[in-house]
Amino acid sequence: MALDVNEVGQIAHLARLAVGDEDSQDHARNLSNILAFVERLSAVDTTGVEPMAHPLEMTQRLRPDEVTEPNEREQFQALAPLTEHGHYLVPRVIE
Amino acid sequence: MQWEAVIGLELHAQLATQTKIFSGASTAYGAQANTQACAIDLGMPGMLPVLNETAVNYAIRLGLALDADVAGRSVFARKNYFYPDLPKGYQISQYELPVVGQGHLDIDLEDGSRKRIGVTRAHLEEDAGKSLHEGFTAMSGIDLNRAGTPLLEIVSEPDLRSAKEAVAYMKKMHSLVRYLRICDGNMQEGSFRCDANVSVRPVGQVAFGTRAELKNLNSFRFVERAINFEIERQIELLEDGGRVIQETRLFDSDRGVTRSMRGKEEANDYRYFPDPDLLPLEITAQQIEAVRAELPELPDTKQARFVSDYGLNHYDAAVLTSHRELADYFEAVLTHCNDAKLAANWVMGDLSGALNKAGLEITESPVSEVALAGLLARIADETISGKIAKEVFEAMWQGEGDADAVIAARGLEQVKDSGAIEALVEQVIAANPDQLEQYRAGKTKLMGFFVGQVMKASQGKANPQQVNDILKRRLDG
Amino acid sequence: MHDRTIAELSAALDRGELSSVELTRATLAAMETGSALNAFITMTPDIALAEAKAADKARAKGKATALTGIPIAHKDIFCTAGVRTSCGSRMLDNFAPPYDAFVVAQMRAAGAVMVGKTNMDEFAMGSSNETSWYGPVQNPWDTRCVPGGSSGGSAAAVAARLVPGATGTDTGGSIRQPAALTGISGLKPTYGRVSRYGMIAFASSLDQAGPMAQSAEDLAIMLGAMAGFDPRDSTCVDQPVPNYQAGLEGANLKGLKVGLPREYFAADGVDDEVTQAIAAAVETLREQGAEIRDISLPNTELAVPVYYVIAPAEASSNLSRFDGVRYGHRCEAPKDLEDLYKRSRAEGFGEEVKRRIMVGTYALSAGYFDAYYLKAQKVRRMIRDDFAQAFESVDVIVGPTAPSTAFSMGAKSDDPVQMYLSDIFTIAANLAGLPALSIPAGMGAGRPVGLQFIGNHFAESTLLRAAHAYQQCTDWHTRQPGEEG
Repeated sequence: MALDVNEVGQIAHLARLAVGDEDSQDHARNLSNILAFVERLSAVDTTGVEPMAHPLEMTQRLRPDEVTEPNEREQFQALAPLTEHGHYLVPRVIE
Repeated sequence: MQWEAVIGLELHAQLATQTKIFSGASTAYGAQANTQACAIDLGMPGMLPVLNETAVNYAIRLGLALDADVAGRSVFARKNYFYPDLPKGYQISQYELPVVGQGHLDIDLEDGSRKRIGVTRAHLEEDAGKSLHEGFTAMSGIDLNRAGTPLLEIVSEPDLRSAKEAVAYMKKMHSLVRYLRICDGNMQEGSFRCDANVSVRPVGQVAFGTRAELKNLNSFRFVERAINFEIERQIELLEDGGRVIQETRLFDSDRGVTRSMRGKEEANDYRYFPDPDLLPLEITAQQIEAVRAELPELPDTKQARFVSDYGLNHYDAAVLTSHRELADYFEAVLTHCNDAKLAANWVMGDLSGALNKAGLEITESPVSEVALAGLLARIADETISGKIAKEVFEAMWQGEGDADAVIAARGLEQVKDSGAIEALVEQVIAANPDQLEQYRAGKTKLMGFFVGQVMKASQGKANPQQVNDILKRRLDG
Repeated sequence: MHDRTIAELSAALDRGELSSVELTRATLAAMETGSALNAFITMTPDIALAEAKAADKARAKGKATALTGIPIAHKDIFCTAGVRTSCGSRMLDNFAPPYDAFVVAQMRAAGAVMVGKTNMDEFAMGSSNETSWYGPVQNPWDTRCVPGGSSGGSAAAVAARLVPGATGTDTGGSIRQPAALTGISGLKPTYGRVSRYGMIAFASSLDQAGPMAQSAEDLAIMLGAMAGFDPRDSTCVDQPVPNYQAGLEGANLKGLKVGLPREYFAADGVDDEVTQAIAAAVETLREQGAEIRDISLPNTELAVPVYYVIAPAEASSNLSRFDGVRYGHRCEAPKDLEDLYKRSRAEGFGEEVKRRIMVGTYALSAGYFDAYYLKAQKVRRMIRDDFAQAFESVDVIVGPTAPSTAFSMGAKSDDPVQMYLSDIFTIAANLAGLPALSIPAGMGAGRPVGLQFIGNHFAESTLLRAAHAYQQCTDWHTRQPGEEG
């Protein structure tokens, strides 16, 4: 499955990664190689086989509906690049 | 060309749990920004989701109330996209295997008939945070308090055919989630939200037309206006030879129009896959039965019972059962009063009117069930007339005491002594010789005038029936 | 002092031969002396000395356990409260979480002394520790060679005897392969045995934390502290933790049914020196009474492609949270939201991480999900079933951990697929969620060769006993770099 730079651009956009033109070529080549490598899976007969999302046959545990987390805003926002009035700031989004 | 509208609604009910769906942070409304966003809600590195058991119970309750399949096994999936109010860069939702499957909700149409609206599915997911676009110079401010609040997304079949049907369905679902106590239904606070999928097709065509998705419909009125506008817009477009584009549109409530959303809504590839941090949710038959045992009487059952047990008409029963608290109040009144019709009129009329004017919920009524029943008893035993009762009610509302106290304090007891009434009648006749002559000459409509004068002379306390009888005898005789 | 194992050091501390403070000081000094290896991203001398003092006090009160006062390093993927946790990435160079990972808290509660955070492949993606923002780690056996990855820093630190033990994580072999390449012992527990809370996620259904040390006995001691139930991780299992150390008592190989997968032993691309060393190790097992059996794991060849669909897919989603908004790297003067995301992430992530995010995004995208992701999950089940079948007739499965000894820096870094094939023997255990360990079992061209044992779910005791028994009659695990001719 060979990818071209356009497809690389689309994937990079979905993944929100800025990819320069030069890098696009490298990525196209690398991705194509990796995809060629995993291509052999398509030849495997998996009729009747259920996909396995987890190695263990377990089901989800439930948590009681009780408040356990206190307000730790100051601690968390000390890690933030940009905040104001307790809000995280990003370039304005037009909706 | 005759057109038919096809509408499906996606309703989001914020579940009234204490904590988020995947973390132990509080969901209380109105907190300062980011004071209820813990490390899990913030999507901090290494943090993992753990499922809230009450959110699951609430989903089961809804499933049972919609007569739907509750999945024995359902799976949480990641919906991947980038937006500042979505801290992990994905929303944990359910995709192929939702917790609630096919069900239905019956709605009452304006012509009195019932229509069954299919519910395709309902699934659990987490809410996103909020973005504020004002108040930060050239920036948007993100508040993640709401991130992680449990939502039930309820998807209807495209069975609705008009804005009115859509609103009826939405109101019924709104009432239901409040009945079930799984959601407070506060639309101003965003606890109950609606997206509508709207398309049109020529009458008789089986295939669906292209649909537009309307977002940002946060009141019943907006839903109705937006859908009506959109139906018109699409019909006009198609009749002009254009094509409807599948897109998301926002409702601009100021101008009453829908407009296309830009930016966020490029074709989004959500890359759904089962969330590897969560395991499949198993719900056993025992769990379902345990939830079923705790279900309250549902609106439709209660409505039918009000009709059969209390002899109410369909409409009155529907109004009284639209809110569980209202129905409970009404039935409590009936434990002290056995005139269901009278009680219904007063609860739906004067009481509800006063509550609305004061902006109070029925549970905050200054006139209790017992007090109202006491007032109704005095109407029933003719101590006071219906008209005087309104004055008594007003006084009770203001806290002047129960019905008997007010009647006594203000001397409002009805005058039923025929001697006293006859004396008043004589008084009025004597004072109005011209009208008497006119009446006797044939203007029988003046009876109303005489009745009014006698009532006035008695300060409204004379028994109206007796007044009528005595006057008639006196005037005709 | 440092050549001693955790068990030996613990005994020495008990005897009063030295204090934890002295031991910690010596450890910190060794870390400085050995800094050219670049095994550490952050050293924590103040915390270490405070914890050492506390350990000495606890010991004086008679409350010491096997890890009390023992210096331990943590792979920089484990969140450590107030201490930088970089995951080997520029993205988190400025990140010091306000919480501890479960593993870190457990080790502290057991009395271990944290001396620092070790270097690793960025976001655990790599098999050579060449993708770290903080530069490559050197293999103490040959500093022109890689130590393996992604837990390369932990491996090098233990191999060079800078610390007696270190924590690592293993998603496709990232504990076992570096252990093999640096001549130490490393264990990946059963999936769900150790809580992933506070462990920065790479591929959630494959990641497991585990110990790295000089001997199976030390692994047993560390695992006993690291394992345990944690309600904050939905995927961890609520099962009692055995006393792994006590369980080593009387360990021997007699009658142990050892399976040798013919696909492992007929594989292309395995260096001769590895083949020879492993053959000799198998002979030793046989001599010690193990019953060697030929088994088949028919879908062996598919493990690497399956992994390279599933792991990047999960990673692409797990790494979406790194967006410059709430923590971590943020680009300068973003002109709009798209620019904020794209530049922050492009600047914050290295090439291998970007590559895997792209592969993963592609594998999940519309039109490709069924062909790639779903298909891989089906083959994953087939691989798991191969093992289930094999364990009906054997107790453990044995083979080489890696197809070669430590390779030169730069040798494989230009060809991702070549690099991925380093994981050919280790990956299947992650896919199937099985426990596996690697211990030194020979040398090839002056560099260590690792022998891998794979066990059934929750059979860590069986693995540790077998490895311990092997280490009682061999001395590969005592060899140190610089001693070999």
